Amino acid sequence: MKVININSSYDSDFVREVEEESGQKLNLCYQCGKCTAGCPYTDEYDISVSQIMRLTQAGQKEKVLQSNSLWLCATCESCTSRCPNEIDVALIMDVLRHMARREGYTGTGRVKTFWDSFLSSVEKNGRVFEVGLLVNYISHTGRFWTDVDLGPKVLPKGKIHFKPTEMQGKKEVAKIFMRFNEESAK
Amino acid sequence: MNTSLNYAYYPGCSSTGTSVEYDMSSRAICAALGIQLQDVPDWSCCGSTPAHTVDHSLSSALSARNLDQVASMGLDSCITPCPSCLANLKTAKHKMQDENFRDKVNKLLEKPANTQVETKSVLQILVEDYGIENIKKKVVKPLTGLVVGAYYGCILNRPAELMQFDSREHPMAMDNIMEALGATVVPFPLKVECCGASFGIPRKDVVMRLSGKLLDTAQEIGALALVTACPLCQMNLDMRQSQINRANGTKHNIPIFYFTQLLGLALGLTEKELGMDKLCVSPRTLLNSIAKEEQIKEKAA
Repeated sequence: MKVININSSYDSDFVREVEEESGQKLNLCYQCGKCTAGCPYTDEYDISVSQIMRLTQAGQKEKVLQSNSLWLCATCESCTSRCPNEIDVALIMDVLRHMARREGYTGTGRVKTFWDSFLSSVEKNGRVFEVGLLVNYISHTGRFWTDVDLGPKVLPKGKIHFKPTEMQGKKEVAKIFMRFNEESAK
Repeated sequence: MNTSLNYAYYPGCSSTGTSVEYDMSSRAICAALGIQLQDVPDWSCCGSTPAHTVDHSLSSALSARNLDQVASMGLDSCITPCPSCLANLKTAKHKMQDENFRDKVNKLLEKPANTQVETKSVLQILVEDYGIENIKKKVVKPLTGLVVGAYYGCILNRPAELMQFDSREHPMAMDNIMEALGATVVPFPLKVECCGASFGIPRKDVVMRLSGKLLDTAQEIGALALVTACPLCQMNLDMRQSQINRANGTKHNIPIFYFTQLLGLALGLTEKELGMDKLCVSPRTLLNSIAKEEQIKEKAA
């Protein structure tokens, strides 16, 4: 067990921001651990979800935002569904992830790269273009062997397309991203 | 039953690719049941998981554009086969009831979005609007001898306050439909456990573990097949089943159907129009055995 001196490192702004952005009351968490008990990803986490909750209550901004767990939460809603105090824990994880992004944390990287590749496919085509997304992900990670073994199995099924589907409003979608980036830069 | 069921239909991006058979079979069963679908014109991506992990106003803007398209059709309800699209479209409507948030989202759009539209899953309207008893009346080829487990995945019913359908821990909608079709339903204990979601590409090891556990459990309870209602769950369990076997040293050969495919089969639709040939784990042997069981039953009768 690690001991943290919260007198010297308590960040009250961080606690307030998490509460404001999530609309949740952090103090309602009494550390029963039910969220962690049901979390399918807890084996992969560096900090368990109930400990993320405790560290967030204690205003440990840096420790929380640099946690890889934020990037491995799949928003499966088990924690939210089972919290006896009805805290939307998955929403708090989402909000922490937003803050981590804004502060430049990326976790170990590959999950964020995948999500970014997904969104750049939407920005470009208006809809997700699966092959384009995979190629983009591979070009950013160098993991050129990703799912190559599935090729012979999946290609004959005729589900994989090598061109994005056309939609008229794709410029409208691109503009959503453009305006979002402008707003975020303010 | 309402005799004129008419909905806007939002297919979602995966329906144009890896889950094309879900889209095909959803459309085919609706046509067979007399449920009218009108495609949302020029629909775009809802943002899925990646958008809400970046920012909620971005995610809601991507979804709200589609809700607005539905409103422009003059329809007040929209259905989608995909739970991830469902969650995003419903979240956008819900969150945009807050005026400040609404303004923030509308700033990202061409014009302020009309988000009054209700979104439901194909599964939900089949159960609530069409009715399982009415489905039962339309069965022409019962799924006799098919021992099946129903796997719902994590977000079809959760969070409960938002999804407002079935149970968050022990959903029964697909179990009940399968039973109505004449299948033998075995209770699947991991109904709402996560399959590994979209980590198949960036963290395949996680999907191998989580989806592997689902397949191991299916085998333990004697399920010959699983039915799903989610493109991502189906893809992890079906397309990645060979990878799971290699990673975990297992020999699973469990067909993973969309519930709409089996429903269509029982309604007498052809395998071709239900996209049975699109599944990676071949359901051939299983489908032959269902047909055989039915013949034996007919002869006996």
